[in-house]
Amino acid sequence: MGAHRSRPISDVVYQLCITACALVIPALLVLLSAVIAWAAWPAVQVAGAELVVGVTWDVANNRFGAFPALAGTLLSSMLALVLATPLAMAVAILSSELAPQRVRTALGFFVDLLAAIPSVVYGLWGLLVVVPALRLYVMPFVSDTLQLGGLPMFSGPAYGTSVLAAGVVLAIMILPYIASVSREVLAAVPRSQREAALALGATRWEMIRDAVLPFARSGLVGGIMLGLGRALGETMAVTMVIGNRNTVPTSLFDPAYTVASLLANEFSEASGALHLSALMAVAGVLLITTLLVNALARWLVWRVQHSGART
Amino acid sequence: MTVSIYGAGALAVLPLVAILVHITIRGLSAFSVAFFTQSPAPAGVSGGGIGNAIVGTLILLGMASVIGLPVGLGAGLFLAEKRTTRLANTARFLADVLNGLPSVVLGVFAWELLVRPVGHFSALSGGIALGVLMIPLVARATEEMVRLVPVALTEAALALGFSQWRTVARVVLRTALPGVITGALVAMARVAGETAPLLFTAFGSPYWVWDVRKPIAALPLQVYNFAQSPYDEWRAQAWAGALVLVVIVSVISTAARLAIRSRQQLARGAAGGRSIRA
Repeated sequence: MGAHRSRPISDVVYQLCITACALVIPALLVLLSAVIAWAAWPAVQVAGAELVVGVTWDVANNRFGAFPALAGTLLSSMLALVLATPLAMAVAILSSELAPQRVRTALGFFVDLLAAIPSVVYGLWGLLVVVPALRLYVMPFVSDTLQLGGLPMFSGPAYGTSVLAAGVVLAIMILPYIASVSREVLAAVPRSQREAALALGATRWEMIRDAVLPFARSGLVGGIMLGLGRALGETMAVTMVIGNRNTVPTSLFDPAYTVASLLANEFSEASGALHLSALMAVAGVLLITTLLVNALARWLVWRVQHSGART
Repeated sequence: MTVSIYGAGALAVLPLVAILVHITIRGLSAFSVAFFTQSPAPAGVSGGGIGNAIVGTLILLGMASVIGLPVGLGAGLFLAEKRTTRLANTARFLADVLNGLPSVVLGVFAWELLVRPVGHFSALSGGIALGVLMIPLVARATEEMVRLVPVALTEAALALGFSQWRTVARVVLRTALPGVITGALVAMARVAGETAPLLFTAFGSPYWVWDVRKPIAALPLQVYNFAQSPYDEWRAQAWAGALVLVVIVSVISTAARLAIRSRQQLARGAAGGRSIRA
């Protein structure tokens, strides 16, 4: 076709600009990790492993044991997963398999709205509606009427603000994430799987249970892990309903603490460089945990979506 | 079995309905002109409002958008163009990972870089923290929207001799613009509701603040503080502030859904036409 025209300068500039913008993303992650690691180093040197296994967080005496906060984070997140996963799976199955189109659209709209509501609004509702409901009705019902107060899981006075409250509010908050990822994963299951099951005489539910769900299993696990990642890092709603008591919870009714709440409550008033460094170290633990959980989750989901396309 | 799945689905939607009902009922009662135009009254005194918090949120959003929108747009264009190259896959993966990070960690990061050296909280640090939060959101939304532009349009422009830059500016972005704007609005709505990064950057304030080097009020921060206070007037205003937030995100969320659906129908139509000819 003739001589090769050299690329116009505008193209070179354009390519450079968008590449630079894309590179900002990994750069941010690296910078974030480096800054937190650097700021946390003094506390790690002084306290070491005590940061994660120590049970006493006593700022005045320079004891920085964040185990209660870690325990509270794990407990409330696990409870949220247990509560949210069955409901989210139901929504996903309805949205991708069972429900007629109009119900699917409405469901998708509701799920989007649930995800869009700011966390502080969930916290407000949790504090002023869920917590009193727990304190006045649910907890007395469980411990007195059902006579389960003897069980360690349900022991303790009914404060209202508790691991249970945090679990319930977190469950509502992570449900849309699990549901929407699961719906996409289920939609990525190839039609051949479904049609094969139906051709062999399966009912609709049997097809879902035996052909679709097993194929999508790792992706569904990924969706659940994404919900876990969100629950681990959730700050505002949890801080408002968990009671903020820095001890290891032994019962669902106990007030507790989470790592994010620890940061939210103490950071702006931190006294002394060591306190700040310890808080940074705790933030670093949260960062590493959520990074790993999110990365693993995204990879699992990606795997199902891309294996489906190939078949 | 089907019945129980439908039942579980209804149970999943129930809290949303409960939240919306509660917020509307309790929030509407505190609405007034004063509520939107005044700064908070002292503790225990009735009256006052969240006017300064709304202005503060707008200022913070403005600063966040200056950082988040251009960088996010550029990254989104990169991801849409270089779909499966190693760098694009890595950037996309990391953008999703960044989206899932706790925002409190970003606040801590911004504190260490922007508050600690200066010695005081500032609106600027809050705006930058929110801007960083916005980048991966806008990038992914832009990528989704730009991908929906039919390939035929881009190829036609390039075949006619347009440079890449001109193709993008005149053809691709112009076609994808409604979707990109919607994605940007969704990101802004999401960022406007964030509280945790602001706890130790913008910090909050009871005054009308116009200097970005000072701490500034923000709507979600105000709701957070009022909700935990023991005063009835403040709690009522917390409900009302929450109602404002929910109305904003609902409107934008609905608009985004409608816009995305129409974009997808457009793309499907164009692609369908192409395959018939081929």
